[in-house]
Amino acid sequence: MSEAQVPEAATLLKVRGLTKYFGSFAACNGIDLSIAPGEIHALLGENGAGKSTLVKMLFGVLQPSDGEIVWGGKPVTIQSPGHARTLGIGMVFQHFSLFEALTVAENIALSLDPKIPLTKIAEEAKNLSRAYGLPLDPNAHVADLSVGERQRIEIVRALLQNPKLIILDEPTSVLTPQEADRLFETLFKLKAEGRSVLYISHRLEEVQRICDRATVLRHGKVTGACDPRQETPGSLARMMVGSDVAGVERAADTPLGDVLVDVKNLAVPARTPFAITLSGISMQVRAGEILAIAGVAGNGQGELFDALSGEYPVADDDAIRLCGKPVGRKGINGRRLLGAGFVPEERHGHAAVSDMALSDNLLLSRSQSDRKTFLSGGLANVIRHDVIRSIAKRICGEMDVRKSGDNPAAGSLSGGNLQKFIIGRELDRKPQVLIVNQPTWGVDAGAASRIRQALVDLARAGSAVVVISQDLDEIFEVATSIAVISEGRMSRPYAASELTLEKIGLLMGGVHDSTSRREAVHAH
Amino acid sequence: MFEAILLTIVTAATPLVIAAVGELVTERAGVLNLGVEGMMIMGAVCAFAGSYLTGVPLLGVLCGILGGAAFSLLFGFLTLTLVANQVATGLALTLLGLGLSGQIGESFVGIPGVKLQPIVFPILSDIPFIGRLLFAQDITFYLSIALIIGVHWFLFKSRTGLKMRAIGDNHGSAHALGIHVVRTRYLAVMFGGACAGLAGAQLSLVYTPQWVENMAAGRGWIALALVVFASWRPWRVLAGGYIFGAVGILQLHAQALGIGVPSQFLSMLPYAVTIVVLIVISHNRRTTLINTPACLGKPFVPDR
Repeated sequence: MSEAQVPEAATLLKVRGLTKYFGSFAACNGIDLSIAPGEIHALLGENGAGKSTLVKMLFGVLQPSDGEIVWGGKPVTIQSPGHARTLGIGMVFQHFSLFEALTVAENIALSLDPKIPLTKIAEEAKNLSRAYGLPLDPNAHVADLSVGERQRIEIVRALLQNPKLIILDEPTSVLTPQEADRLFETLFKLKAEGRSVLYISHRLEEVQRICDRATVLRHGKVTGACDPRQETPGSLARMMVGSDVAGVERAADTPLGDVLVDVKNLAVPARTPFAITLSGISMQVRAGEILAIAGVAGNGQGELFDALSGEYPVADDDAIRLCGKPVGRKGINGRRLLGAGFVPEERHGHAAVSDMALSDNLLLSRSQSDRKTFLSGGLANVIRHDVIRSIAKRICGEMDVRKSGDNPAAGSLSGGNLQKFIIGRELDRKPQVLIVNQPTWGVDAGAASRIRQALVDLARAGSAVVVISQDLDEIFEVATSIAVISEGRMSRPYAASELTLEKIGLLMGGVHDSTSRREAVHAH
Repeated sequence: MFEAILLTIVTAATPLVIAAVGELVTERAGVLNLGVEGMMIMGAVCAFAGSYLTGVPLLGVLCGILGGAAFSLLFGFLTLTLVANQVATGLALTLLGLGLSGQIGESFVGIPGVKLQPIVFPILSDIPFIGRLLFAQDITFYLSIALIIGVHWFLFKSRTGLKMRAIGDNHGSAHALGIHVVRTRYLAVMFGGACAGLAGAQLSLVYTPQWVENMAAGRGWIALALVVFASWRPWRVLAGGYIFGAVGILQLHAQALGIGVPSQFLSMLPYAVTIVVLIVISHNRRTTLINTPACLGKPFVPDR
């Protein structure tokens, strides 16, 4: 830890005892941190560890309850993001703070000196983006751009203000491995220019690869300050999580049964101008198999899930067969009645109604498929609250859902616990087919490993599972076979053992056409 | 005869255009103020009172503008500071405005008002046909045109306008960028109120120079429909305002000529046209999304 100390004179930013209370809850509690010029400094921690709160204070979005921020040797109170920018602090947010209805240049102009004319901003943005290897068209509407391009806008926007410190909040969570490599090159360029980077992440391998020093947060406190290259992923993870995370156990070989999910040449036209058109999607998933569908966000995963779950039925009834029956034109309940279960991506407002109790959320999703258990009185459809409550309780016990009170509102649970409940709600029915979109997105490591184990167990018990995920670690942990979706087209499924990270990266970048062609050549 | 009809169309369209362009600015900032009718009627009664008490109609116009703006401030306080539901507050504002204006104007009923005199441009007004139409109007007409040009320039050319559109599109991000969301929205709401007040002043000082209870007669609602009809673009507000105004006037002439169209049908036309336009423009989702303020009507509460 001693080598992590930097001499006072060479410090760009120093934070002492920074604390932020929300009510009586301390999101950040006495944080110490120092960043030297020309340093890439990692801020590590799980969801809810206080990383976002900390950087929001550094960027003037939130005001600290206590503690001191020293910038360039002088104590400062950062009143607003505008103030932070004049000091020389730039920020790239995790959830982009872009305006979809405006053009790239207009978006950038909003954070610059209002005296600079828009045409000049467009020109500068174009040049700068090219210089740093992040090409951008300044006159494009943001709504039409990909996630990677949107991130470039944020970075260029921050760079145009010539900052001394750039804060990046989980920048690679939305990028392909290749796009991430490009970002790292840009970061090294910045470092060579003497700028500092505060790099927030929970991806250990990235941090070890690019960061000079790391500060680890847990429950709002600093639990470690280290040189990440001196550490092992295991030791970093321990600092983050506080204990070792259980790995997922897999059966050596699960015998495969009948084909339960059979998709043939599924094509879905885009419903909105920002949606992706799906074309030529085919897959077969057998009982006992877990097919993971990898891909960068926004390549048609949502649309594919909507088609598979029946949220938006498709025109061709035969394009999707579940448990041997054509279901393309069936709605979600029709498919549930055949023994399928579905878990959508968004927890709040989609998988669960935040303001309603867990038991009510259970009733909402299973009112048709478990009609006989949940409702009584024949046509009167009287809700049997006691039965539903006891089943909700059983699910919470089964999945280790931690909650306050007996039957709290879904919105009061943490993301991980709510996700465990939502997955458990489907597993409780013992579905023959389970289709899940981003099962552990934004979920802490403990809950994520519990959820992954549950998916593996379900497959082992003889169900077919489809997991749509952006998290490659997760995919390799659970999948028996892997397909990659990009721009609405899906590669053929590969056995998990024949794929490497690099190959998936290429597929995610949309080069599966050429690969399959090359393979075809090899085959002949 | 034809020129006379056109003149009445201009007079009928002007309040619609003014009120709608004000509401357009409010909505571009992401605030849905359904109280246009109420602010308009308050503007009308304030303008009449100002003109009657001072004897100077121009001061009446000023009173109308201030009355509308002050009344909108109540809406701003409720929805922006107290974060009340915008739809409910807007509806309440209309009901309150109708009642309050009736109360204020009780003693003015039946008093003949002073008509706002036209400003005649010497040479231009002699141009045949369009001269009298465009260059011999009262100040509210000129203001309506200036407002369209000004608002268009403001929204799409000025940096403050860009900030306002940004707030309407995504107030969370705008706040994160250090733009004053609530302050800007207050100004946008008050601009909308001032415009509605000016439109009201036109009613009680130009259209029918007297005070009649409930004299806005649904024009505030037409103005609201007009904003959507125009898909939040100022020039389309001008075009739409004249189409809606013409429909209203032609309805009267049709009645006079004994053409057998029920008046109710024609009164309904602006709303029916708006529905048709909504159906047509929603086909092109992309342009709709780019023009529709995404945060319209959503409450904004900044992080602690």
